Amino acid sequence: MYAQGLNSTDPAAVEAEDPDRLAAFQARIDAEEKIEPNDWMPAQYRRTLVRQISQHAHSEVIGMQPEGNWVTRAPTLARKAQLLAKIQDEAGHGLYLYSAAETLGVTREALYDQLLSGRAKYSSIFNYPTLNYADMGAIGWLVDGAAIMNQIPLCRCSYGPYARAMILVCKEESFHQRQGYAIMVAMCRGSAEQRAMAQDALNRFWQPSIMMFGPHDSNSTHSELSMKWKIKRFTNDGLRRKFIDATVPQAHSLGLTIPDPDLRFNEATGHWEHGAIDWDEFARVLGGDGPCNRQRLKHRRAAEAEGAWVREAAAAYAAKRRGANERAA
Amino acid sequence: MTETATPLWEVFVRPRNGLAHRHVGSLHAHDAMMALQAARDVYTRRGETLSIWVVPSSAIVASDPAEKDMMFEPTATKIYRHPTFYDVPDDVGHM
Repeated sequence: MYAQGLNSTDPAAVEAEDPDRLAAFQARIDAEEKIEPNDWMPAQYRRTLVRQISQHAHSEVIGMQPEGNWVTRAPTLARKAQLLAKIQDEAGHGLYLYSAAETLGVTREALYDQLLSGRAKYSSIFNYPTLNYADMGAIGWLVDGAAIMNQIPLCRCSYGPYARAMILVCKEESFHQRQGYAIMVAMCRGSAEQRAMAQDALNRFWQPSIMMFGPHDSNSTHSELSMKWKIKRFTNDGLRRKFIDATVPQAHSLGLTIPDPDLRFNEATGHWEHGAIDWDEFARVLGGDGPCNRQRLKHRRAAEAEGAWVREAAAAYAAKRRGANERAA
Repeated sequence: MTETATPLWEVFVRPRNGLAHRHVGSLHAHDAMMALQAARDVYTRRGETLSIWVVPSSAIVASDPAEKDMMFEPTATKIYRHPTFYDVPDDVGHM
């Protein structure tokens, strides 16, 4: 899901590897051994992980913006504190993930640069606007819910530092989903106007949420190698189905309607089946032309530029202290 | 960007007394004090810890995984280092 924008893997690059080393590597993966930073790995494995982990990190960092929009307008002090705690977690998750990516030999500065220059992708979901406070409920419930579906199998990813980062993230993420659902429960038990707000938020976030899992398996070219290398454990469609099966009863419990007239329960398979997904919209949003893409990047660039003097001052102070210590020695 | 790269630190936390400090991850900071404060914010948001260590990553000397056989294989043949190598007569009971 955080690898929505991955280019397809290049089979020629894999064939160029030493076949003996490649076979030994695959044997370790098949034996469920974790790969650690200094171990030999195929260049394509390294590249795929750098892209996937950094896109995941960028998603966490950009993901603070839609929620940050409502901090000053949260309805109570308690809800404001909860929202702030959640946003602080997103920052923390971004930092765990950047650190994991750096173990593969890429610098933090290079990763930031890829995000700020617009070359790197991040999850399409964060390019949708948050129009009212009910969206804080819908995002926690649906977006964090979808993220958990994706992240739990990543705790068993073959690359050790990514798996360990995901264990930390998953421990913290379940608070996010429950916090969001609790907002939906409060609104659905409230006035008719609040129920309408909750339904409206679900209407706007349902499609973008199920798009988070990425294209259908039949159109997902990079899946096969990622599955073979156990970077990925489940397919896009498999995870999407798990998410929908879990979420539909939660919507019904709230008394809300999933905005999909074709949604139906298949008695034979025991799964919910969804209607068509607007993949043109998905491609547009991922390609930079969603409702908020420009605003998100503009804001991120401004934050980076406005914080530059702090980083420069910290570096200058550290250099001065080093100089003083050397003179004293 | 005009900035130089910010040094990397490794973070270790002790969840409670009686347990050793455990590596939890890394972060970037210009000096030790900022590294400690960042470690508090990034790795201990839920009361997970009583104590934090931060160590410059460049100060860590690591063994080379490519030399792991030479490094560690000799212990595999020294089975007499394990208590189960030695037989104790049944009538002696647990030892």
